[in-house]
Amino acid sequence: MTPTVRRVAVVGGNRIPFARSNGPYAHASNSDMLAAALDGLIERYNLQGETLGEVVAGAVLKHPRDRDLTREVVLGSKLAPETPAYDVQQACGTGLETTIAVANKIALGQIDAGIAGGVDTTSDAPLALNDDLREVLLDANRIPDTAGRLKLLTRLRPGMIKPAIPANQEPRTGLSMGEHCAIMASEWGITREAQDELTIRSHNALAAAYDKGFQDDLITPYLGLERDQNLRPGSTPEKLAKLKPVFGGPEGTMTAANSTPLSDGASVVLLASEEWAKARNLPILAYITEAQTAAIDHVHKREGLLMAPAYAMPTMLDRAGITLQDFDIYEIHEAFAAQVLCTLAAWEDPVFCKERLGRSAPLGSIDTEKLNINGGSLAAGHPFAATGGRIVAGLAKELSERGSGRGVISICAAAGQGVVAILESAGGSK
Amino acid sequence: MSQDLYTQIVNSPPGGFIAKRVGLPQPTALDRYAPGQPVVKGQVLVGAAPGGRLSSSIAAVLGEAKIDTATTLAPELRTAAADAGLDASVFNPEAGGDRRFKGLVFDATGIKDSAELVELQRFFHPSVRKVQSSGRVLVLGTPPEDTKDPREHTAQRALEGFTRSLGKEIGKGATAQLVYVAPGAEDLIGSTLRFFLSPKSAYVSGQVARVTPGQPVPADIDWERPLAGKTALVTGASRGIGEAIIETLARDGASVVGLDIPQLGEDLKKVTDRLDGEAIELDITSDDAPKVLAAHFKAGVDIVVHNAGVTRDRTLAKMPEDRWQSVLDINLSSEERINDALLKGKRIPSGGRIIGVSSMAGIAGNRGQTNYATSKAGVIGMVESMAPVVAERGITINAVAPGFIETQMTAAMPIAVREPGRRLNSMNQGGLPIDVAETIAWYASSASGGLNGNVVRVCGQMLLGA
Repeated sequence: MTPTVRRVAVVGGNRIPFARSNGPYAHASNSDMLAAALDGLIERYNLQGETLGEVVAGAVLKHPRDRDLTREVVLGSKLAPETPAYDVQQACGTGLETTIAVANKIALGQIDAGIAGGVDTTSDAPLALNDDLREVLLDANRIPDTAGRLKLLTRLRPGMIKPAIPANQEPRTGLSMGEHCAIMASEWGITREAQDELTIRSHNALAAAYDKGFQDDLITPYLGLERDQNLRPGSTPEKLAKLKPVFGGPEGTMTAANSTPLSDGASVVLLASEEWAKARNLPILAYITEAQTAAIDHVHKREGLLMAPAYAMPTMLDRAGITLQDFDIYEIHEAFAAQVLCTLAAWEDPVFCKERLGRSAPLGSIDTEKLNINGGSLAAGHPFAATGGRIVAGLAKELSERGSGRGVISICAAAGQGVVAILESAGGSK
Repeated sequence: MSQDLYTQIVNSPPGGFIAKRVGLPQPTALDRYAPGQPVVKGQVLVGAAPGGRLSSSIAAVLGEAKIDTATTLAPELRTAAADAGLDASVFNPEAGGDRRFKGLVFDATGIKDSAELVELQRFFHPSVRKVQSSGRVLVLGTPPEDTKDPREHTAQRALEGFTRSLGKEIGKGATAQLVYVAPGAEDLIGSTLRFFLSPKSAYVSGQVARVTPGQPVPADIDWERPLAGKTALVTGASRGIGEAIIETLARDGASVVGLDIPQLGEDLKKVTDRLDGEAIELDITSDDAPKVLAAHFKAGVDIVVHNAGVTRDRTLAKMPEDRWQSVLDINLSSEERINDALLKGKRIPSGGRIIGVSSMAGIAGNRGQTNYATSKAGVIGMVESMAPVVAERGITINAVAPGFIETQMTAAMPIAVREPGRRLNSMNQGGLPIDVAETIAWYASSASGGLNGNVVRVCGQMLLGA
């Protein structure tokens, strides 16, 4: 039997304001934050007691005790306890990847509605036992007699007290994501000025979105925070120019301002078939019509770590039969201002498009007036797995308000991966 | 012959420490080529003055040679790289990052007026500090004589002052050259770019080469063995520079024939046996030498390297005629007679190469060497006069002019003469016979049909005769 493919509606989204690391959410766990975002969504769309097809979410930095994090959060929520759930982890791609996972099951008719999301805390980080200490303790556990165990304990050393802290580091290169991005910025010739300009735009756009009430039905205040803590509108190029580079050495162009800070937060998105939404009198903000994930070899082929979205995009465009210019809104995740600018430069570059993408002509440039129009991660902050949900919900709402048009999402992820997706306005079916 | 002792000492940690403290010259251990190596070990940055005509030719060469390349953001360079299949990264000096380059290549053909020479400053100022040890700087221009506008002629001629000065200040064993590419010769720059970018040109700096229209590069060229199927004659091949030349031509695929005087027959045979070559014992000044050679090469000889040469030093006041005459006859007149015989007998086919060995003495002059310097300046004259003549037959003629090369001859010099000779150049050291040989192999290459009438010095940019 060939399944019929159904249109997948974005009904709405919800998130808690994003906080800076060790800020207001310092003592909130991933479960706490995901639950807060989910509760707000349930309340907004009257999902109390509903048995949904599934809830899919994930966290990049996750405690070992958070086995089945999402399922446990569902059990603690007002959704019916019969709602299944599972966790996904694909670094910063998590939030969009969960959206695609839920959307695909809806499209195939396997489920009618579901929630996708993500959460991350860099404050309540999972510290692990020092590997040497862990080995001694595990060995001790394997020895049956007390004398033998005591003898083993002589292997203990003071240095073993030091815990293993999760590092923002690529295992195969030893470089942090920022250092990787600094190499990309250099290889693509991205200037400090261009990065700072994008940063200022991002903050001003997000502040304007808050001011006009755009975020009102996208956010549930949490622990005293009503707006994203990182938001700093009204900065100037002169002020940003004073900051010292944090990546790429003394000649580097990347600063604490034009890179996203470590953040805490959670986001969720409600997806459904048209029938399911209409039956419950819920809005349809937009449809998810295409998605693509790609990965690059940053280890052996010297490709930039965060360049995978540049590869995912043309594959998706070809399948959709459209060009890069056929969008009204571009949502490119601002992990670093340089990442966005490298991606745009790559799509404009004849060498990259021919040699790496195997295309006869560049994808071309985009109208940057259409880029991250309600602010991006530089302003909002970037709790890794929560970013995808923030962008999907915000883009769907913008398309709904316009009543027409098409938007594209591009998110880079650690380990050389990237996820892109297309959302189309639901037009009059709102 | 390897590096001189002093260079070895200052390149050891304690020796380098002392040399730095005492302020002694610190010659860099120069990169040298070994078969199987990539053309360039490192990244080459390409820039261009707006409106240049060589972007696509440069990109094609770098792409074919699989050279790791970066370009400036100039759209014509990005397009040229894409068209050439060259996966080049971008370099923007304002974008930071710890970038290092093994070579800088700049297409200056777009410079039509002296006011536009500032393009040199704009490209090299931010990039020159990023050049690695044994790095390479190449500026490509239009031969002034081939320009139509006086302003353009002036500006293109000005390039020479730039490369010669940069060669003297860049240091770390890096070299700088100017390559004039005549209109119509754009497709012939491959062998020259490869030579000047590679460690093969270790001891060549501050030079000007001209690439002019000539025979096309063979489509099936094997860059590891560009002389495959060719026969090469090298005179004075039993030892020293001659031995290095014949070895290098054999390495590049040529069937080699070594020639030397009968007294050195045994040494010669050792060399040619090792290379699977032939040995000819012959005094090139003898009356029948041209006839003997023409008879020997009935099937033709593709490459003729006139390397044999002698010195008989004396100040002119003490110079008897025989001492004068033997040097002139061995170093110059016999070469002319042999060329004439081989050309007249049609022994050198189309695609052939005649290569002379001049000397720094022939350019700058040298006390006690009026005879030698006259003969070596004459070799330059021979190249100049014969270039248009042989060109009609698809043959080229060029010469090298070695400076201080580490040989048995220079090792025997008194230290007061030897040390200044060795150090008074941009590399602060003497060259090796292989450096001369590699330059000759560059002329000899089947891909070098665009080189005719060149005299390139292999002198580490000696301060004399500049």
